[in-house]
Amino acid sequence: MATIVVFVEHGNGSAKRASLECMGAAHATGAEVVAVVTGAGAADVAQTLGSSGAQRVVVLAGGEPYSADAAASGVAEIVRAEGATACLAAATADGKDLLPRVGAHLDSVVFTDCTGFAASGEGFELTRPWLAGKCIATLTSAAPVTCATTRLNVFAVVESGGSAAVTTMDAAAEPKAVVSAIEAKPSGKLDVMEAPVVVSGGRGLKEAGNFELIEKLAEAFGNAAVGASRAVVDAGWRPHSEQVGQTGKTVSPQLYIAVAISGAIQHLAGMKTSKVIVAINKDADAPIFKVADYGIVGDAFEILPALAEAVKAAKAGA
Amino acid sequence: MNIVACFKRVPTTEAQVKVSAEGTGLATEGLQYMISFYDEIALEEAVRTREAQGGEVTVLTIGPSEASKEMRECLAKGADKGVLLTDPNWMSRDCRATARALAGEIGRLGADIVFVGRVATDRDNAAVGPMAATYLGWPCVTDVIGLELSEGRGTARRETEAGIETVTFPLPAVITCNKGLNEPRYAGLKGIMQAKKKPLEEQPCEEIANQAQVLSVELPPPRGEGRIVGTGVDAVPALIEALQNEAQVL
Repeated sequence: MATIVVFVEHGNGSAKRASLECMGAAHATGAEVVAVVTGAGAADVAQTLGSSGAQRVVVLAGGEPYSADAAASGVAEIVRAEGATACLAAATADGKDLLPRVGAHLDSVVFTDCTGFAASGEGFELTRPWLAGKCIATLTSAAPVTCATTRLNVFAVVESGGSAAVTTMDAAAEPKAVVSAIEAKPSGKLDVMEAPVVVSGGRGLKEAGNFELIEKLAEAFGNAAVGASRAVVDAGWRPHSEQVGQTGKTVSPQLYIAVAISGAIQHLAGMKTSKVIVAINKDADAPIFKVADYGIVGDAFEILPALAEAVKAAKAGA
Repeated sequence: MNIVACFKRVPTTEAQVKVSAEGTGLATEGLQYMISFYDEIALEEAVRTREAQGGEVTVLTIGPSEASKEMRECLAKGADKGVLLTDPNWMSRDCRATARALAGEIGRLGADIVFVGRVATDRDNAAVGPMAATYLGWPCVTDVIGLELSEGRGTARRETEAGIETVTFPLPAVITCNKGLNEPRYAGLKGIMQAKKKPLEEQPCEEIANQAQVLSVELPPPRGEGRIVGTGVDAVPALIEALQNEAQVL
């Protein structure tokens, strides 16, 4: 049986959903899953990981404050000690930052933001998008360890695993670069990468203040994040952290609502793998309608308030 | 300061993608190329760092001989010299082979700081920066949107899902650059003229076998046909119905 090491991120006492999905991807191959956690609260989170598919958990000492280079040295040590043939993390900002370093320690190539991960012979077969999703590549690795990060909202979380044995390991290296401060997002504000629903606004909203309509619709859903096209970010209406598209984030929510967004290729690159796409636009010929599952042609200023009310009612009725 | 900026030559954003006849790569006929978007930000940061701290900017890439075109663009925008590592198989070179070769050259150049884009817009792999830093034994900060350097140390700000992190680190280091770090300048006529005289070295890139093995490249499955459910406010109930009963996402 193969062993796969999975780096698990956590916060506020629980593992990040993206990391649980990554564990699910590893578990689904039939491999033994060894989770690694580090930083403040790691020991408590370690106790929760058995039910999500870990057979064992290693608490890597240190990580307070977090240093990606120190964590990578530790994870690589654990991979070697375990004789693991794969090492995974979620394709979050920190996961994508960590795995290449682990790969270099193991002199192994790294595959980022994989949409598929399966056992294949003695190794693994991965799929990942190229050219902002214009094509999909299927690959294997000839490296000693297959190193990869898994795309969010693609893999299933294991619901009924067992219990996991927890051990600890000393830090493997002194940190070089260290996180010295975090300016947290306002609490309750969901990140566009993680939210199951994204409501996105474009230049057709005419001015920054009109994004209030987008925010109200997002609020109506309760579990939605606000997204933005490049045009409105460049215009200074919204922060870059909300930008969806080739030079912003790639998101794959259950529901993506594009409001007053024309649908340029660069924007589509960031959202066209969403499960369901809704487009609301005044222009019936807007390219966005070609990828949308459902579209409404009309004035966003009239439609959005009505839609927000209807969503609230639908949620209350449920 | 000895400053290095790395860039990757990538197909233009508008490029029509066709799969090669063998099915394991892209068809390159008719493709136009550009400097990857985030690498422009990296080059700009390198030039601004030289303007603030003094020193020299070397721009570095792995590519075909034709990449001398992109090299001259970088020299026109303020880089002082260029090193082009040629590899006939540059388009399919994997991130490990790239990171090892770049790390080798960066070490030979004796750099104090290296700027590279956070991700190249062809493979979207975001790996070369932190990999090269690790092969060099250096710190690396990724997705940087703000940077200050002084006395052999640096402070960088980066975006994560949690918010904005501040990271402190010693030099030498690799910085991967995100949108918002700066606004890249355009090359002026004077820069373009000066670029013709700046040194550009071409040498064969270290040969390293790829570990990544492409089994197939395919166009993505097309999305199902969508439909317009109506016009204006009157369409809202129909949309809610579709989301609830058909798509089952509400």
